[in-house]
Amino acid sequence: MEGIPPIMRRSALAAIAAIGSATLLVAGCSKADDNKDGNSGGSSAAANAATKGVVNASDKKGGTVTYELSDVPDSFDPGNTYYAYMYNFSRLYARPLMTFEPGPGSKGNTLVPDLAASKGVPSDGGKTWTYKLRSGLKYQDGTAITSKDVKYAVERSNFARDVLSLGPNYFQQFLVGGDKYKGPYKDKSAKGLSSIETPDDTTIVFHLKQAFQEFDYLVSAPQTAPVPQAKDTGVDYVKNIVSSGSYQFQSYQDGKQAVLVRNKNWDAKTDPLRKQLPDKIVVNLKVNAETIDKDVLAGDAIDLGGTGVQAATQAQVLTDSAKKANTDNTYGGRLVYMAINTKLKPFDNVACRKAVEYAIDKVSVQTAEGGPIRGDVATTVLPPDIPGYTKADVYASTGNKGDAAKAKAQLKACGKTSINTNITARSDRPQEIDAATAIINSLKAVGINATLKQYPSGKYFTDYAGVPNFANKQNVGLMMMQWGADWPSGYGFLQQILNGQAISQSGNTNLSQYDNKSVNTLLAKAIGTQDDTERNSIYTQIDKQTMDDAALVPLTYFKVLLARPTTFTNLVSTAAFSGQYDYLNIGVASK
Amino acid sequence: MISYILRRTLAAVILLLVVSAVTFAIFFVLPRLAGQTADQLAQQYIGKSPSKADIVAVKHNLGLDQPVYVQYWHFIKGIVSGATYDLGPTTVHCDAPCFGYSFKTHQAVWPQLTSRMPVTLSLALGAAVLWLVSGVAIGVVSALKPRSFFDRTFMGVALAGVSLPMFFTGNLAILLFTYQWPIFGRTYVPLTENPAQWANTLIPAWCSLALLYSAIYARLTRSGMLETMNEDYIRTARAKGLRERKVVVRHGLRAALTPIITVFGMDLGLLLGGAVITETVFSLHGIGQYAVQAIDDNDLPPILGVTLLAAFFVVIANLLVDLLYAAADPRVRLS
Repeated sequence: MEGIPPIMRRSALAAIAAIGSATLLVAGCSKADDNKDGNSGGSSAAANAATKGVVNASDKKGGTVTYELSDVPDSFDPGNTYYAYMYNFSRLYARPLMTFEPGPGSKGNTLVPDLAASKGVPSDGGKTWTYKLRSGLKYQDGTAITSKDVKYAVERSNFARDVLSLGPNYFQQFLVGGDKYKGPYKDKSAKGLSSIETPDDTTIVFHLKQAFQEFDYLVSAPQTAPVPQAKDTGVDYVKNIVSSGSYQFQSYQDGKQAVLVRNKNWDAKTDPLRKQLPDKIVVNLKVNAETIDKDVLAGDAIDLGGTGVQAATQAQVLTDSAKKANTDNTYGGRLVYMAINTKLKPFDNVACRKAVEYAIDKVSVQTAEGGPIRGDVATTVLPPDIPGYTKADVYASTGNKGDAAKAKAQLKACGKTSINTNITARSDRPQEIDAATAIINSLKAVGINATLKQYPSGKYFTDYAGVPNFANKQNVGLMMMQWGADWPSGYGFLQQILNGQAISQSGNTNLSQYDNKSVNTLLAKAIGTQDDTERNSIYTQIDKQTMDDAALVPLTYFKVLLARPTTFTNLVSTAAFSGQYDYLNIGVASK
Repeated sequence: MISYILRRTLAAVILLLVVSAVTFAIFFVLPRLAGQTADQLAQQYIGKSPSKADIVAVKHNLGLDQPVYVQYWHFIKGIVSGATYDLGPTTVHCDAPCFGYSFKTHQAVWPQLTSRMPVTLSLALGAAVLWLVSGVAIGVVSALKPRSFFDRTFMGVALAGVSLPMFFTGNLAILLFTYQWPIFGRTYVPLTENPAQWANTLIPAWCSLALLYSAIYARLTRSGMLETMNEDYIRTARAKGLRERKVVVRHGLRAALTPIITVFGMDLGLLLGGAVITETVFSLHGIGQYAVQAIDDNDLPPILGVTLLAAFFVVIANLLVDLLYAAADPRVRLS
C-alpha cells in the first residue's frame, strides 16, 4: 500500500489537507477514556477516543452508511487496487485469506485469519505456506468458494499486469517461477502457476523462492480474495464483482458511485469478524473535499480516503471544544523524510551527509508541514506505529532545532566549507515545497546551498527523483519524500526504501541509492526469521545503521486529523490502514 | 444557405482534426523533447515495481510502442469505424464513435462522456437561461436610466459577480443554502427521475454560475443599448408614435443583441465542454470533472475525448450563432 494513495500515487488529498494549515498550530491532544460502553445514541466521546478504543460500539442493525471520497479509487476490483483505503473497504465484499483485527492504533496491526481458518502454516524453513479455508464459504450467488478461486485471484492480479496493472506484484516477485508464468489470460493451461497448489478445495499451498516469515501479511492483501474464473471479465470485472464478503454490489457507476447491499449468502458462522450491520452502504466519488468535511461534521458521511480534514475545517474543529472531542489525531504509518543521494559527490562522503543531518531545524520543517497536528518531529526511519520502532536520536539537537556548530564540524571533516546542490520536491504538494524551503534556509546557515527543483508528483518517480541517472547527472543531492508501509512491519516499511538490491533505473523508491551490505543482509535475515521479537529487533538495527550512515533525514511522523461522525457506530482508527477508521463494521447509531 | 452550412461543417471537421492533432502532440511530443521515453510513459499506468515484461506488455496494450502518427491514425479510425480491444479474457468491441479506452482504468471513454453529458447540459443550459434573462434585463433597464440609482447598484453587483471566483461563490452558496438553511438538495438527481428534485439540487449551482456570467451580459447589453438608443432610427420610431416598449424591444434591443448572441454562443459552447470548477465545487459528475480526473491521471484518451467534445460544442454553438445573426439582424445575409 505504499501509503499508497498516500505516498507515491495520489496523495494530493493529503497535500490539499495540509494547505495553509501552517498557521494552525493547535495541538489536538487531550485525555480520553476508552469508550466501550456500548452506547450508540450519537454520543460524543473525547478527542482521540477512536485511537484508544472502539467508539460507539454497537450491534445495532439497519440504516445506510454513506462514504464520500474527493477522488476516485484506482479500482474497486480487489485484484487491481493499491490504495490503503481500498484495502480497508474492499474487505466488505472481498475476503482475503488473512486480515487485520479491528482495533485501535497499533493494536489494529494484529493479523487474524479471514477466509482462512487459521494462520498460515510455514514449512521448509518458511519457504512453503499452507492455508486451510473455512468450511461453508459461499459467493453471493450461493456457489461454494474454493481454494482454486484464491489461486486464480492471485494469478490474475499479479501476472496480468498489462490488463490489471494497478496493484502491487509481491506474489510475482516471491513465488517460484513467478518470472516465467504469463498469467491466466495468456496461459490458458488448466494448471496455471505451479508454485500455488490446491490439493483439495479447502487447501492452498504457496511455494516461495526464499524464506518469507511475513507471508501472512502478504496474503492480507485483497489480491487473495477469491474470484471465480468463469465470472472474470478482466478489466470489466469491476462492473460485476462477485462478492465473498458481507455486502454485494447493487450498482456500480465508474467514477461516480457504488451502492452495496447485504449479501444474503454470507454466513455469519463462517466469519467471526464481520457483523453486517447497515442495510446499505453508499460510496459517493468525486465529492468536493469541503463538502465531505461538512457532511462528516453533520454526521451524514465518512471520509473514505481517511486523509483527514481540510485546513479550514481543522481550524474550525480545533477551536471548538465540542467539535474537538469528536476528532482523532493519529499516526498514518508514514514518515516524511528527505533522502540524501549517497552516490553523488560530495554526499558520497558520510561526513557531508551528517552535516546535513545536524544542520536541519526540524521544528521549522514541522511548522511548514502544518504543525504538530500534521506530524511529530521524527528522528528514526520507522514511525512509532510500525513494529521495530525504538526511540532514538542519533543527531540530537536542543529542541530539535538543529546544531549549526556540529554541522560545520562535519562539513570540515568532509573537507568542504560550502556545497552547492539541488533539492527536489513535488510541485503539486504545497506543504512539501514549504518543508523543502525551510530545509534550504537551515542548510544555508551552515554553507550548504540547495536550489529547489519542482516536479509533478505523477512523474516524480518515473521521470525524476526515482531515476538514479537523472539525480546523479542533475546534481540532485537531496530529495523530499514520504513513505508508508505496504504492510505494517519493518520489512514492509524498510525494504522498498533501503534495500540496495532493489534500486531500479526508473520508478526507484530507494531515492538515497543507499546500498549498504550489512543492511541488505539484515533485511534478508529478518524476513527469514520466524520469531517476531527477534525479527523486530533486526528492524531496529537496520534503522540505527541507516541513521548512522545518514542516508536520509527523518523529518516528521505523519499524522492525520480525522473528524469522527457521531452518528455512526464501531469507529476505531487503525494503524493497519494509515490511521483510517476500520470500515469492516461501521453501522448507524439510533437517533 | 445550405452550401453555407456545408462549408461551415467542413471547416468544423478540419478544425476538430487540428485540435486532436495538437492535443496528441502536446501529450506525446513535448515530454519526449524533455527526454521522456515510452517506457517511462507506460510505467505511469502500472502499479509499483513493474518488471520489464510488464512494461513491454502495457506499452503494447496501449499502443505506445507504435510511432505517434500511427497511434493518431488508430484514434481517428476508432472514431469513424470503431475499434476492437483485446484486454484480458474477453475481446471487447468498441462501436463508433470509439474514443478509445482510458490508459489508467481501461474503461471506455465514450460511455463516460454520454453518461456525463446530461449533467453538464443541465448545469450549462439552466445557468445560461438565468444569466441571459437576468443579464439582458438588467442591461436594458440600466441603459434606459443611465446613472440612476438602479443602474449604479446593479452595475456594482455585476462587477462583484464577475470578480468573485466560483470556488468562493459556489462554496458560500453550498454553505448557506444546503447546510445553514437546508433549502436545496445535496446530490444531483437526473431530470428524468424527478424534475422537481433535479431543479432543486441544481439551483445553487445555476445561480452561482449565472452570477459569474450575467455581469458580462448586463454590461454588454447596457453599452449596446446606450449606443443604439441614440441612433437616428430610434428617434424616427419614437416620432412615428410607437409605444416606448416597442421602441426599446423591437428596435433598440434587437440591434443591440448581435454582440450578445456572439458571446453567448462562445460561452455556452465552452461550458458544454465542461464547467470544470463549478462541477468540482458542486460535486457534479459532469464532463468537466471527468476532464480534471483525466489530466490528474495523465490519461490521454479521456483528455482527447473531452477536448474534442468541447471543441465540437464551440464550433456548433458558433455555427448556430451565425445562423441566428441572420434572424436577429436583417442586414446580415448568409451566402
